[in-house]
Amino acid sequence: MKVKDILFNGIIKENPTFRLVLGMCPTLAVTTAAVNGVAMGLAVTFVLAASNLVISLLRKFIPDKVRIPAFVTIIAAFVTIVGMLMEAFVPDLFKALGLFIPLIVVNCIILARAEAFASKNSAFHSLIDGIGMGLGFTIALTVLGTIRELLGAGSVFGISLLGQAYEPAIIMILPPGAFITLGTLLALLNKLDQKRQQKHGEKA
Amino acid sequence: MEYVSKIFLILLSSILVNNFIMSRFLGICPFLGVSKRVSTAVGMGAAVTFVIAMASLITYLAHYFILVPLKIEYMQTLAFILIIAALVQFVEMVIQKTSPSLYQALGVYLPLITTNCAVLGVAILNIEEKYDLLQTLVNGIGGALGFTLAIVLFAGIRERLESADIPEPFKGFPIAMITAGLMSVAFLGFQGLIK
Repeated sequence: MKVKDILFNGIIKENPTFRLVLGMCPTLAVTTAAVNGVAMGLAVTFVLAASNLVISLLRKFIPDKVRIPAFVTIIAAFVTIVGMLMEAFVPDLFKALGLFIPLIVVNCIILARAEAFASKNSAFHSLIDGIGMGLGFTIALTVLGTIRELLGAGSVFGISLLGQAYEPAIIMILPPGAFITLGTLLALLNKLDQKRQQKHGEKA
Repeated sequence: MEYVSKIFLILLSSILVNNFIMSRFLGICPFLGVSKRVSTAVGMGAAVTFVIAMASLITYLAHYFILVPLKIEYMQTLAFILIIAALVQFVEMVIQKTSPSLYQALGVYLPLITTNCAVLGVAILNIEEKYDLLQTLVNGIGGALGFTLAIVLFAGIRERLESADIPEPFKGFPIAMITAGLMSVAFLGFQGLIK
């Protein structure tokens, strides 16, 4: 397997949010602003890369029967580390993300990658897979956060773009906006996919 | 009297105003995954309610009688997730032994509950809000009932969606998301219920 393939598999081909539709809770909850999306994405990337690496290194020592509790313990340890680091260095972001920092433990993406990839592949490849999946997640969250912040508050990363005349659609930063934005984006991607397949069909 | 009204407020808020799915975004995975049939949605709701009630109780005891006296509150996440994982395993074994038919019905959903963020979420929220034991239980059960309410309503809508004429790109997850969004708008209406 090529390193580049593994990396891009996570970012594009099997993007955890848009393709696999995993880890929906933080995706919907924290994307009220672009900056929250980036922060959540990076926190998950760190946990994903570190836990993938450690699980891969230990994969020969963990008995098959207790592997899930063992994985969860490793993941929880890294989540605790991220929580402590964020509380110390970026307290505002830590407050904004709140409950969803400890909840990274139960993010299905991390356990899914541990089970599907890290427990079967070498340490280096697992690390790359973790980074790729994490970046894919970060990109998805940033896109969602940007759209919702732009429509709901008229700004991106806190910088006002649409000016005074724009009446912010508050609903976009409220819970319904999360569902509707993600639903529309998924439909858009499906549409693009279909178009591409049609083109391929015509060529063949 | 004041205490009773506070309990009532917690119940109302956890079922309707701060509904797990519609406003707190906890437990979205099972919400999308097991909401294709009303009957399975009811089963999932029941299993989650049971596990959340047990988990609220045990994590509360563990926090105040183990973590706080030993001054290791920072181990909260790790301790809670292990408790929940063990609890789910235990519940699964008990149900398998005592009621095979219920086990058949819940079967696949039980292990999934470990990674249901609503369970861990409510355990952490209980500690953060500094609830006492009764309030913890009420908050947990109320939240789980709210979860059941949302997932059953959603399953009802999805059953009808299956026979509806939906534009091709919207089939599957996209239309489910947008439906959930519209339901969430309805739940926003409860927002003014409690100050």
